[in-house]
Amino acid sequence: MKGWRTGLAIGLALAVWRSSPGLAEEASPSLHPATEYLSTGMKAEQADLARNRGMLWVDQGAALWRQAQGVAGKACADCHGEAEASMRGVAARYPAVDATSNRLLNLEGRINQCRTTRQQAQALAYESNELLGLTAFIAYQSRGLPVNVATGGPAQPYVEAGRKLWNERQGQLNLACAQCHEAKAGHKLRGDTISSGVGTGYPVYRLEWQGMGSLHRRLRACQLGVRAIQFDQGAPEYLALELYLASRAAGLPIETPALRR
Amino acid sequence: MRPARIVVPETAKVGEIVEIKALIQHPMVTGHTAAGANTEPRDIIHTLTVTYDGAEIFRADFMPGIAANPYVAFTTVATVTGDIVFTWTDDKSEVTTAARTLRVP
Ligand code: HEC
Ligand code: HEC
Repeated sequence: MKGWRTGLAIGLALAVWRSSPGLAEEASPSLHPATEYLSTGMKAEQADLARNRGMLWVDQGAALWRQAQGVAGKACADCHGEAEASMRGVAARYPAVDATSNRLLNLEGRINQCRTTRQQAQALAYESNELLGLTAFIAYQSRGLPVNVATGGPAQPYVEAGRKLWNERQGQLNLACAQCHEAKAGHKLRGDTISSGVGTGYPVYRLEWQGMGSLHRRLRACQLGVRAIQFDQGAPEYLALELYLASRAAGLPIETPALRR
Repeated sequence: MRPARIVVPETAKVGEIVEIKALIQHPMVTGHTAAGANTEPRDIIHTLTVTYDGAEIFRADFMPGIAANPYVAFTTVATVTGDIVFTWTDDKSEVTTAARTLRVP
């Protein structure tokens, strides 16, 4: 019900705009992290780790990092040691193609691969506090480091698939990601300022969610907004999009845990 | 026990005003029922108390309008080296405590 109303309101807001052709070509040359569009108060809250609610999840991830899990009875720390050293810069390289399975893995997928194969434990569910916590904790070790994903070789087809999805019109509103996040970056959409859609601060603490959420949860919200069929978290389409987003965002700093409206 | 984090300066001089900040993970379910909306019974943290070296220095009654994962900040005057202990209690009588030591050399 609530989502339907949101979709309708966005539909009305965009009704005039949709009728003018060729907007996607007005892409802005530079990308801005969504943080730049936050209010001064929220920017300060994101920067102050004593107030940044995302740190509650980072702490949870840190605790889980040291806990023995699964049949193997091993903790992440037993193999990887101190995350401050071993995980520094890792999040900036993800999503990445896993050499052994030849699959595209984002950080959540990579963590779950170690959970299932190395710890012999159950995979953690998307949006569970445990997976959000571990993902935020690992991404936090890259806070401030530039996004630097591999886009060539085995990654290339995924980047292309992501780019295609980015530029494809979808949903009842018939809008592509690029039409909002390139053509209209910096413009208002109801209470939001549309950012470049880089997603460099995920998982984020979002006020609307009253909690932490993954990048894929955000992508579901964007698809709902244009009344498109949403993919599941972890779906191949979202993984490809995530890689494409990261390739666009190359050089921008990781901001996890970021704060969003 | 819920995840909580307290930020206190490690050391302070006698008489110095120190700022103390704290966060706790809690959904703060309001229990308000609009048609078709949430029907979960109220579950909020209703009380926070803070002691410093055993004496209460701060107490707050929380209301259902307070957002999830509540944040609190206040100041106190450093007197002696002692533990600053936070105790949050919710509607299900779940109690979370967390502490930090303030050193006053
Ligand atoms: C039994 C040892 C072991 C355990 C336990 C383990 N890992 Fe790993 N992990 C590895 C090895 C070995 C690799 C690299 C080789 C591979 O699997 O591709 C790796 C790779 C990773 C990577 C990718 C690093 C990179 O540079 O790309 C991440 C992230 C990771 N592990 C996270 C975790 C987390 C989180 C846990 C706990 C939930 C965990 N691991 C538990 C052995 C382990
Ligand atoms: C109708 C306009 C619209 C469309 C179409 C749209 N989005 Fe969004 N998107 C938004 C708004 C509004 C926000 C919230 C404000 C912000 O951060 O940009 C947002 C947020 C995001 C963010 C989070 C940015 C951050 O760092 O917090 C990402 C990533 C994103 N969108 C990606 C996409 C992708 C991928 C698509 C296509 C599947 C898409 N969006 C389609 C409007 C849109």
